[in-house]
Amino acid sequence: MAEMVTVSVNGRSITVEAGAMVSTAVALAGITAFRRSVTGEPRGPLCGMGICFECRVTIDGREHCRSCQIPCAEGMEVGTDA
Amino acid sequence: MPENVYDVLVIGAGPAGLAAACRAAEVGGRVAVVDDNPRPGGQIWRAGAGKFAPGAVAWLATAERRKVGFIAGARVFAAPGAGRLALESFSRGEFEVSYRKLVLATGARERFLPFPGWTLPNVMGAGGLQALAKSGLPVASKKIAIAGSGPLLLAVAQYMHRHGADVQLIAEQAPRSALARFGFSLAMHPEKLIQAIGLRSSLLGIRYLTSCWPVAAEGGGRLESVALRRGSKTWNEPCDYLACSFGLAPNLELAALLGCRMAETGVAVDEYQLSSVPDVYCAGEITGIGGLELSLVEGEIAGLAATGRIETARRRFPARLSGRRFAAELERAFALRPELKLLARPDTLVCRCEDVALERIQSCRGWREAKLQTRCGMGPCQGRLCGPAIEFLQGWKVESVRPPVFPVAVGSLIKASE
Repeated sequence: MAEMVTVSVNGRSITVEAGAMVSTAVALAGITAFRRSVTGEPRGPLCGMGICFECRVTIDGREHCRSCQIPCAEGMEVGTDA
Repeated sequence: MPENVYDVLVIGAGPAGLAAACRAAEVGGRVAVVDDNPRPGGQIWRAGAGKFAPGAVAWLATAERRKVGFIAGARVFAAPGAGRLALESFSRGEFEVSYRKLVLATGARERFLPFPGWTLPNVMGAGGLQALAKSGLPVASKKIAIAGSGPLLLAVAQYMHRHGADVQLIAEQAPRSALARFGFSLAMHPEKLIQAIGLRSSLLGIRYLTSCWPVAAEGGGRLESVALRRGSKTWNEPCDYLACSFGLAPNLELAALLGCRMAETGVAVDEYQLSSVPDVYCAGEITGIGGLELSLVEGEIAGLAATGRIETARRRFPARLSGRRFAAELERAFALRPELKLLARPDTLVCRCEDVALERIQSCRGWREAKLQTRCGMGPCQGRLCGPAIEFLQGWKVESVRPPVFPVAVGSLIKASE
């Protein structure tokens, strides 16, 4: 059995396999719009490799974290602005 | 020697970077690889469910045996002085490393072409969706349409199919005639031929449409379907995800920051992969898109040359030549057709960071004016996404790169300038 970690996404507990990226946890929370663009459009992950900045979320109070490159850690608090 | 000083420092832990590091470490100096991902492998060897691709395992084992260091989750954002780089990571904040020789193996990103609706959530890069799936996003029974150009589409289709996705179709913009010529040239590269056949046989049952491309992604708030065109026919395919990729674009920002001279298709290098900047070698996709085998051999040559083993490096030249020929054939076969320049409408966003529509960009005479007048390319991605698209649409090349090459915390900038 793979090791699991639990994070909070907008206050909801999401359990993922250790090593899963934050973007995966957000998607598993049923969220497709990770952020709002400068004109208010919903946006979600595009490149999956830290280039596009579309998957930005707030992690433990730190804004503008690229969720596709940061692995989930136990107890992490993730927030989306969309 | 201080802890943060390396004989050979490699940026990028994909095939080229790993090969360079493994070769460089043969002679026992201090060697490390930096990557912005938490695990090595790059994009093509990205680990899924804790497992690496078979091709990566041997290189990773060699790197470990030769005591190659791995600086994970860290991104180079500035070069504060000769032989020094400033990095930032989520866990460590800002820190510096020094090197005697540097190998840049920063790889490539997918090229995205704007079309109406491409900014909708769940329209993703083909490699982007695969990366998310490898990280644990369940794709089983999801309807996935794959569109764009290049062999990556096939690889992603195969991965999604194996993981239970309902792959609706692959829309390849290249004409069948160009692919047939490519198929013929594959005969001169047996290992590629096997790879291609292997891919096709597991793709039986998936529609592979040539001369076909997406004209619009549709849905309210999130993707519901994609409109595709083939010849005079246009129709809608319902889908949960649209995986798009119109070839690859090299990640040249760091090489540009260090002052490396550029050639037409990437960083200009000599026969030993040495750039125009002393002690800075470049290998893999950043010297021109060429795929896995070419990246490996260029990495080996760079690692050997950086440690002074010129004769051994020369013995790898024939393999590199063969890789370059294959790359040229690939580029010809999957060349983007001019019709794709008409996909974006005047109000289609091209710059997703600053939400700049095509008509505003077209009212400018070049990159500089577009930046000043519209903020196109001035957002967090710093033109990484819209740059390759605008190069295709308008023929403008990105002119200058300034530090920081990635947005960083103000505190990191201040520390790096101290």
